[in-house]
Amino acid sequence: MTIDLTLNGRSVSVDADPTTPLLYVLRDDFALNGAKYGCGLGQCGACTVHVDGKPVFSCVTPIAAMGGRSVRTIEGLGSIDKPSVLQAAFEKEQAAQCGYCIAGMIMRAQSLLDRKTDPSEEEIRTHMQTNLCRCGTHMRILRAIKRAAAMLRDANGETGAVQ
Amino acid sequence: MRSKKQLMLAAGAVVIAGGLVALGISYRPGIQPIPRPDPMNFEPQQVADGAKLAAIGDCTVCHTAEGGKAYAGGRALETPFGTLYATNITPDEVTGIGSWSFDAFRRAMAQGVSRDGHHLYPALPYEHFTHVSEADLLAIYAFLMTREAVHSQAPANELIPPLGFRPLLAGWKLLFLHQGPTVVDASKSTEWNRGAYLVEGLGHCGGCHTPRNLAGGEEASHAYAGGIAEGWVAPPLNGQNPSKKPWTPESLYVYLRTGVEAQHSAAAGPMGPVVHDLAAVPEEDVRAIATYIASKMSENTSTGLSSEPVDHREAAATQFPEAAALFAGACADCHDRGAPMMGQGRPALSSVTSIQLDTPDNVTQVILSGIPAPLDSKTPYMPPFAAPLTDPQISGLVSYLRARFSGKAAWQGVEKKVTDIRKSGEGR
Repeated sequence: MTIDLTLNGRSVSVDADPTTPLLYVLRDDFALNGAKYGCGLGQCGACTVHVDGKPVFSCVTPIAAMGGRSVRTIEGLGSIDKPSVLQAAFEKEQAAQCGYCIAGMIMRAQSLLDRKTDPSEEEIRTHMQTNLCRCGTHMRILRAIKRAAAMLRDANGETGAVQ
Repeated sequence: MRSKKQLMLAAGAVVIAGGLVALGISYRPGIQPIPRPDPMNFEPQQVADGAKLAAIGDCTVCHTAEGGKAYAGGRALETPFGTLYATNITPDEVTGIGSWSFDAFRRAMAQGVSRDGHHLYPALPYEHFTHVSEADLLAIYAFLMTREAVHSQAPANELIPPLGFRPLLAGWKLLFLHQGPTVVDASKSTEWNRGAYLVEGLGHCGGCHTPRNLAGGEEASHAYAGGIAEGWVAPPLNGQNPSKKPWTPESLYVYLRTGVEAQHSAAAGPMGPVVHDLAAVPEEDVRAIATYIASKMSENTSTGLSSEPVDHREAAATQFPEAAALFAGACADCHDRGAPMMGQGRPALSSVTSIQLDTPDNVTQVILSGIPAPLDSKTPYMPPFAAPLTDPQISGLVSYLRARFSGKAAWQGVEKKVTDIRKSGEGR
């Protein structure tokens, strides 16, 4: 079947079996290889992308559900030359080791920062709970999210200086 | 013939006398505050016993706010009568129960009266806790009094008028609070009677699994006929339980202890924290609870209970082709025949209770919000599908599941239910 959706701000059309996971479509049909296949069961978060602004596990999201929806992947945030605030913060904190989980981590964190730029430590931890990292870079990931939040507040002229 | 004035006087006297009687019924004296008891004065064994009993009573579930300190209160409980906030039951002398003597604690548990004499709302299930023995109350008191004192004032309740007027609760208690121990049934085993004591008392299972009347009291004549808890259906625990395979003491024990039983169901929604707590209590107590509940379920069972699970795969796909595709893409990797998860002791959808219930509430709830797994637990996990799936998609899926796995009549008004439940979830 043919499904029309918005992908990183662009209208696209894809012909796929309706049961195909969104993750496969992103990687195979659009070469958006940031999102990774981890567990395939929505348990690790490596495949996290946004659908209509909310984080979803693209490995358990059938393409049939995406008609008319808006999908955003890490490639929609920024590039190596022009990283987004959050991507820059991850770089600054060296928050990746093997990097496999990082696209999912960043998309998960971005959905929190899209809602609020002053999340508490507890809110960040709760929000990130669904995403796993086997290298153990969690503390750096937490620091990167806090750094990005501070950078965003600073850019908006809000109170709370960069840590 | 009496004059009008005399009649007025008489009427006035009746009103005043009635008021005094009502005041007399509702009045409870304060109990003197005490300095916080020294934690070192409690026997370690008693404290340890209290910890297990507190787990059976699920104290922490209501008395801990999300992300808050244990037992420090502040958790909102939405009721048809407004929002109540759980109180701080840590031994802080000002905001908690640090200044409460054991007498004050016992009165709160058995009669629903605070130390200072004001009536407590039955969100504290004292109509159950009143059955708890003196020794067990002492142990729970010892456990709570040895916790970390947290200074935290619970927010003020937000109730619809006139329910903020606590003396009214005295009337509620006349109807629904029946003090005294649970009756021992000599014709039943010791285990069964232990289960009755725990279920009717501390466990307060009826708090959710028994329907409530307009006054918010449990309908004694429909004990365990099923109720509502936080937007989820608490299934019947009597003969009306709709499980395809009858529950046994053994299967209930496994379910209550681990949160999942391969032939029946997995715990979700408000039952999640309950099984999480029951993982930490003595095995024999969980077995006793299972034995008692299983015996309730075997009373007056409706026919057809033991019929084999159904799977109308083709028919459901023909009726709901779009939902069948969504199921294949979103659900099948865990829930379809031969999925890896099915080899790990997870129940088939044709077995789970939620799909057999009269309403689609629980199926909708679990698809929208999934089953969160606490980090310190091995209970089942399911990712939420509120974000990837729209209301019409979830509604189709719910109807598909009913058609494929229940063998019962289709649910009505599914789409509105999905919209309503999503909305109430966003409000929380």
